[in-house]
Amino acid sequence: MALSMKIQASSLIAGQRRVRPMTGRRAVVIKAALELKAPPYALDALEPHMSKQTLEFHWGKHHRAYVDNMNKQIAGTPLDGKSLEEVVLASWNGGSPTPVFNNAAQVWNHTFFWESMKPNGGGAPTGKLAEAIVRDFGSFEKFKEEFKSAGLTQFGSGWAWLNADKSGQLSLSKTPNAVTPVVEGKTPILTVDVWEHAYYIDVQNRRPDYLTTFIEKLINWDVVAERYAAAQK
Amino acid sequence: MLARGLLASARENFNALPRMSRLLSTVKLPDLPYDYGALEPYISGQIMELHHSKHHAAYVANLNKALEQQAEAEAKGDVSKIITLQGAIKFNGGGHINHDIFWTNLVPPKDFEPPTGELEALIKAQWKSLDNFISTFNAQTAAVQGSGWGWLGYNKGTGRLEIIAMPNQDPLSITGLVPLLGVDVWEHAYYLQYKNVRPDYLKAIWNVVNWKNVADRLAAAKK
Repeated sequence: MALSMKIQASSLIAGQRRVRPMTGRRAVVIKAALELKAPPYALDALEPHMSKQTLEFHWGKHHRAYVDNMNKQIAGTPLDGKSLEEVVLASWNGGSPTPVFNNAAQVWNHTFFWESMKPNGGGAPTGKLAEAIVRDFGSFEKFKEEFKSAGLTQFGSGWAWLNADKSGQLSLSKTPNAVTPVVEGKTPILTVDVWEHAYYIDVQNRRPDYLTTFIEKLINWDVVAERYAAAQK
Repeated sequence: MLARGLLASARENFNALPRMSRLLSTVKLPDLPYDYGALEPYISGQIMELHHSKHHAAYVANLNKALEQQAEAEAKGDVSKIITLQGAIKFNGGGHINHDIFWTNLVPPKDFEPPTGELEALIKAQWKSLDNFISTFNAQTAAVQGSGWGWLGYNKGTGRLEIIAMPNQDPLSITGLVPLLGVDVWEHAYYLQYKNVRPDYLKAIWNVVNWKNVADRLAAAKK
């Protein structure tokens, strides 16, 4: 079953070309090793809401390891040279994910997460997105409660998501470990990481505090609105 | 006078009867058999305190809450509600069971002793050496995706030890194996000290494994 995957332009990972030398008469085989994309802000820019130390480990170690491990896994295989989105879909393997999925999906999820935040974020959405939130959740307050609840009730590691369909209908979902709604045929427009490594340095076990801070101080509603508009094209 | 005394005492006993709505008594957070800092430098006191007084305590509180709600639903005959509570009972009940075992599986480094007797013999028979057992255990446990545990379990049917990883807080008992030794690899178990380097935590923890407790559990399983 072919699942279409909305490629969010802002979350494409730039490929870096690694050229193998010519041997004899064989053609040069060019493969793209996928790169770790930096967040669109400095690692200390989300302070005091998310510490520089968290970003240094979460992006600099965890996210980087997912990229490195994925590249090692796909080198020399048919997935080598494919885009990140193609690797995620292929390794999802119709619901029986291969070991590549654990890394590839996490590469995608984390880039989507960094881009869901900004310094001096939070506040409230405006325009069509704000209207849709009121329509589909009852109120912005109700949306915030339910989004927080999704993050709190994802037991173990995982993610909470706000998704939009082609008609502009909004829905919440939560996924375990590396799973992303993209493989479920959904189009996410906002995510929050609830793996413990996302918040343990800053608030230890207090996941509720982390989620409140994310919602009130970090969400980049401009990006979410752009993604919302793109989802309906 | 005797009758009045008997009546008063009977009334007291009646009032002391547990409410029939809750057949399972309240689960309690066990005390650690050592101070929070006793496992240093291998597991920090800060981690032990958070792990026990926040994480395990939350599993206990949430388990009790879910069991209370289940009892109420049972009293009302609300089967749907009972079913919706099973997730919370499994998460929190498993969390309680697992951590209850875990605290006893650890010992301060000054009291560490390697395995002996039957346990040592079984490990050597199956893995050639303790070191090889540990490498095998660590490789499997490090590979747990997301949150979970690595377990050494006893198979009553085959009489053999098995290494098996379980996701989230799923207790080993659901596989039929008897839990002997569990290593928690939820990030909360090591993050403040080892950060993303789970393999370093897994190397360190073998300095504080209570092999005597593991042997006691094995002996009990064989009865």
